[in-house]
Amino acid sequence: MKAIQHIGLSLFLAGLAIFTILPFIGSYELSTEKLDEIVQNKGIKSELFVKNLQESTVGKEFSTPFTFSSNIVSAIEDANEKHEANQEWDKKIWEKKHSFSYAIAKDIGAGPVRENKGLFWFLTFGLGIIGALLFIIPQLYLKPIPGIKNNGIWHSAATNRGWIGWFVFLFLVGFYILLYFFPDYIVNWTYIVDPISQSISGNMASQWFLYGFLYCVVMVVMGIRMYIKYRHNKYQMLRTTSVLFFQIAFAFLIPEIMVSLEMPWYDFKNAFPLDYDFFFEWNLKTLVNSGFIGIFILVWGTVLTIVVVPVMVYFFGKRWYCSWVCGCGGLAETLGDPYRHLSDKSLRAWQIERWLIHGVLVFAILMTGMTLYAYFMEVDTVFGIKTQLVKDTYGFLIGSIFAGVIGTGFYPIFGNRVWCRFGCPLAAYLGLVQRFKSKFRITTNGGQCISCGNCSTYCEQGIDVRAYAQKGQNIVRSSCVGCGICSAVCPRGVLKLENGPDDGATRHQVPEVILGNDVNLFEMLEENK
Amino acid sequence: MEHIVIIGNGISGVTAARHIRKLSDKRITIISAETEYFFSRTALMYIYMGHMKFEHTQPYENWFWEKNRIELKKGFVTHINDASKELVFANGETMNYDKLIIATGSKPNKFGWPGQDLDGVMGMYHKQDLETLEKFAPNNKVCKRAVIVGGGLIGIELAEMLQSRDIPVTFLVRENSFWNGVLPAGESAMINEHIKEHHIDLRLGVNLQEIKADEHGKVKSIIIKETGEEIACDVVGLTAGVSPNVDFLKESNIELGRGVKVNRMLETNVKDIYAIGDCAEQHEAIGNRRPIEAVWYTGRMMGETVAQTICGNPKEYNPGHWFNSAKFLDIEYQTYGWVFGERGRPEYEQHFHWKHPKKHLCITVAFHKETHEFLGINTFGIRMRHHAFDKWLTEKRSVEYVLAHLADANFDPEFYKLHEKDIVAQFNQEHHTNILLKKRSWKRIFQFS
Ligand SMILES: Cc1cc2nc3c(=O)[nH]c(=O)nc-3n(C[C@H](O)[C@H](O)[C@H](O)COP(=O)(O)OP(=O)(O)OC[C@H]3O[C@@H](n4cnc5c(N)ncnc54)[C@H](O)[C@@H]3O)c2cc1C
Ligand code: SF4
Ligand code: SF4
Repeated sequence: MKAIQHIGLSLFLAGLAIFTILPFIGSYELSTEKLDEIVQNKGIKSELFVKNLQESTVGKEFSTPFTFSSNIVSAIEDANEKHEANQEWDKKIWEKKHSFSYAIAKDIGAGPVRENKGLFWFLTFGLGIIGALLFIIPQLYLKPIPGIKNNGIWHSAATNRGWIGWFVFLFLVGFYILLYFFPDYIVNWTYIVDPISQSISGNMASQWFLYGFLYCVVMVVMGIRMYIKYRHNKYQMLRTTSVLFFQIAFAFLIPEIMVSLEMPWYDFKNAFPLDYDFFFEWNLKTLVNSGFIGIFILVWGTVLTIVVVPVMVYFFGKRWYCSWVCGCGGLAETLGDPYRHLSDKSLRAWQIERWLIHGVLVFAILMTGMTLYAYFMEVDTVFGIKTQLVKDTYGFLIGSIFAGVIGTGFYPIFGNRVWCRFGCPLAAYLGLVQRFKSKFRITTNGGQCISCGNCSTYCEQGIDVRAYAQKGQNIVRSSCVGCGICSAVCPRGVLKLENGPDDGATRHQVPEVILGNDVNLFEMLEENK
Repeated sequence: MEHIVIIGNGISGVTAARHIRKLSDKRITIISAETEYFFSRTALMYIYMGHMKFEHTQPYENWFWEKNRIELKKGFVTHINDASKELVFANGETMNYDKLIIATGSKPNKFGWPGQDLDGVMGMYHKQDLETLEKFAPNNKVCKRAVIVGGGLIGIELAEMLQSRDIPVTFLVRENSFWNGVLPAGESAMINEHIKEHHIDLRLGVNLQEIKADEHGKVKSIIIKETGEEIACDVVGLTAGVSPNVDFLKESNIELGRGVKVNRMLETNVKDIYAIGDCAEQHEAIGNRRPIEAVWYTGRMMGETVAQTICGNPKEYNPGHWFNSAKFLDIEYQTYGWVFGERGRPEYEQHFHWKHPKKHLCITVAFHKETHEFLGINTFGIRMRHHAFDKWLTEKRSVEYVLAHLADANFDPEFYKLHEKDIVAQFNQEHHTNILLKKRSWKRIFQFS
C-alpha cells in the first residue's frame, strides 16, 4: 500500500511539473492579416496601436508568451498615453491590457499543446488525478478502522508550515496571480480544457473556465479524501456531497449551459455581497437586456440575499451556506481540510477578524449603494468619488487579492478559511444573523469537557471552542461556519451542532458552576445572585 | 490583603484560583514545578501523536494570568511550616501564605519491580514523561517494541500513542479482561477485541516480573511472571494506576493517608490549609465514590467548591451524580450514574445490555432489580446528553421512563443513525414490557438545563 502511495505521489508530482512548464512551450506569431482581423473585430480606432504592433511584433515568432504579451501590453500603453494626452477618447483602448493580449494569444498560439490538447490534458490533469487518488485511496487499507486519525499532522512539513507548506503557498499564490492578472501567460493551460468547454457550451475555454474546471476537479479529488477520512461521520459525508453538488452543478455546469443557450452566465447560489458585482451597472444592464431569464435572475439574486439567506440562517445557522453550499467554503473544506488547524486562535486574531470582516461588509454595501445611485441617477461620481474607481479598488483588493491570492494561497500558512473568516462580506452578514437571531448553537455536553484543546485546534475559523466548552457554555459565535469538525474531533463527545428553540436562555446561558456538582450548589448560587 | 497560595497548577488548583478571583480581590499565587503555565494533562497523548502542539493544550493564553492578577511561580515546594505559615522551596527560597491550597495531583505507581528506574522506563503523567518518551521512542527504528504494564485508561492511551508512530506494543494487563474492575463483562470484552483489532499485543491475566537492563543501564527486555517469557523492548511504560503526590508533606503536621486527608469542607487537619484534586483523600467516601478520585472533573468541582469556602461561603464538597468519559482507541465511552463491573456490584443492581450486531456500539443500563429505579448507564460509541441523565437520576426515574425518553438524551452528531428503537425493542423482549419510544422533544430537552 505504501508503495502504491509512492507511485501515486510521483505521478501527481509529474502531472504538476508538466502543468507548470506548459506556459513555456509553443510559439506565438502575429500575421498582418490577423492583426487586421483583430482591429476589425474589436473596432480599434487607434492607428498608433497598430503601428506599434507592426513594428514590434508582427511577422516575428515568439517562443514564450511573455515577450509576446508584453509587446502587446506596451503597444496599448504607449498608444493610450498619447491618445489621453491628445484627449482622443474614442481611440483609447479601454479593455484590460492582459485580457486584450489574452484574446490575441489564445487566437494565434501554436505548438504541441494546442495540437495535442487531449494528450496534454492527460499528462497534466490526468496524471494529477490518478496520482492523487492512488495516494489517497490506500488510506482505506492503511487505516482500516474508521475514526479520527490526525496523527502526525503537526510533525509533517506539509501541514505544520514546514518547507512543503511554504512551497505549496508559493505555488498557489503564483497560480492566482497568473490567473487574475496575467491570463495571457497561461493560454496553454486553457487549450487543454478547450475540448471540455466546447462540449459543454460550444465555446473555447477562457481562463475562468479553466479555473472552474480545475476547481471542480480539485474539490472532487479532495472530496474523496474527505469521504475516506470522515467515513464514520455522516454529517461530514453529507456536507461534502452537498458542497460538491453545488459546485459542480450550480457554479460550473448550469452557468456554462446557460451561456450556450445565450443566456447570461449566472451562479444561482452565489449570493450578494459575496457576488459583489451583482448590482454593478454592467450586470444590471446585461440582465435587464436578457429577457425573462435576466429579470428572473435579478429577482432571484435580490430575494436570495434579502429573504432566503437570513431565513435559512435563522433555522439552520450560517452553516447551510458556508459549509453546505458555498464554493469558497467547498474548496476550504476539501482542498483546505489538511490545513484547518493552522488558523490563529488568539484573542488578538479575533479582534482583527471583527474589524476586517465587518469593514469589508461596510465597504461592499457602500460601494453597492453608490453604484445603484449612480445607475439610477445616471451619473458616474457620487460625493465627488468616481464609482468606477471604487469598484475597481474593491475588485482588485477584495475580489482578487483577498478572496483569491490570500484566501486560497495562504491555506498552508494561515489555514483554510482566511477569506471566510476575515474577508467575506456575505459571511459577515450571515454571522450577524446567526449571532443575534438563530436557532443554531453548538451545545456543550454538561461537564464532560476535559479541556484537551482538540476542538479549538481544529476549528478552521479560529474559534476557541474549548473556552466555552470547559465552562459548560454553549458556543454561539457569528463566525462559526458549522463545519462540525470540533464535534468530530472531540474525544469526549462534548459538542453537538443543533438547531433548537431560539430562546436567549438556553442558547446563551453561562452556568455559574459546571454540571456534576451537587444540585444544592446551583440553588445556593441562585440565591446569592 | 489575604494571600492565597496554591501548590499545583493543574485543573484543581487553577479552577480554585479562577473562582477565587471571580469572587474576591485576594492576592493569589499558583506554584508549580512542572510547567510555567497551566496545560491540560488529559491532552498529553495528542502532543506525541502530532494532533496538537504543547501550546494548544494550554487552555488560557499567557496574558490571562497577569490580566486576572494570578501570580505564577515556578518552583518545587519541599516543606510547609504551618506555624509560621511559610513554604520552603527546593532552592531555599521561602514564601508566606495566609491560606494554602494543596493541589499537587498524582504520580504514577511503581510497585518495586526490579529495574523500574532504568533508562527507558517511564510513567505517563507529567510533561517530563512525554519528553522522556520522545527521547526513547521517537520512532520505530529507535524503539523496536514497547511494553506497557497496567491496563487502565492511561495505559491504553499510551498504547495508542506508540501505535501512532508504528511502534509495536505489548500490553500487559493483570486482569483477565481489560478494565473489568470497572466495566461489565460485555463491554470489557468488546474493548479487548478492539485493542487486538489495532494489532496491539494484548496479554491478559499477566504480571510483570522484572525489567532487564543492557550494559548501558537501559531497558533491554521484560519478564512475564506467569510464563517466564522474556520480551525484548526498548521502552517500558508503567501505567498501573496513580497515587497522590504528597511525599513532600511527610515531615509536615498535615495528616496523610494515601493522600492528604480532608473533611467535606476540603480542610486538612491544619487550620487554613486545604487540599483538592487528585491528592485529596476524603475521610469517608461519599456515596459510591472512592475516597480518592483521580479524575479531571472532581478536581474541577473541588476547585469550584473550595473557592466558595475561602471566599466566605463555607460549602461542603458535595458532588452530584457521578459521570465520566474516556476514549479507547476509536471507541468513545461515557458514563452517567453508577454501572458496576463484576467487582463490587451491589446485589440489587440489574443490567440491561444492548450491543450493535456489527459495529462497536453498545450500552449497559443499570437499574434496581425490585424498584426498577434507573441507576446509571454506560455508552460506547454513542454520545449521550449529560443534562438528561443528571436530571433523570435526580428525579429517580424508572428504567422504563429512561428508555422511553432515550431519544431526548442522544447527543450524536446530526444525521447519525439512531439505535433507540432497537434498544427499546430488545428491552421489551427481554423484560416482557411494552415501552413505547417517545419522539425527541425540544421542550423536554430544554427542561434539562
Ligand atoms: C495521560 C493522562 C490522561 C488522563 N485522562 C483523563 C481523562 O480523560 N478524564 C479524566 O477525568 N481524567 C484524566 N486524567 C486524570 C486527570 O488528568 C487528573 O485527575 C487531573 O489532572 C488532576 O488534577 P490536579 O489538579 O489534581 O493535579 P495535577 O494536574 O497533577 O497538577 C498538580 C501539579 O502540581 C505540581 N506539584 C506537585 N507537587 C509539587 C510541589 N511539591 N511543588 C510544586 N509543584 C508541585 C505537579 O508537578 C503538577 O504540575 C488523565 C491523566 C493523565 C496523566
Ligand atoms: S475537544 Fe472536547 S474535551 Fe477537548 S477541549 Fe474541546 S470540548 Fe473539551
Ligand atoms: S466552532 Fe466547530 S463547527 Fe464552528 S467553525 Fe469551528 S470547528 Fe466548525
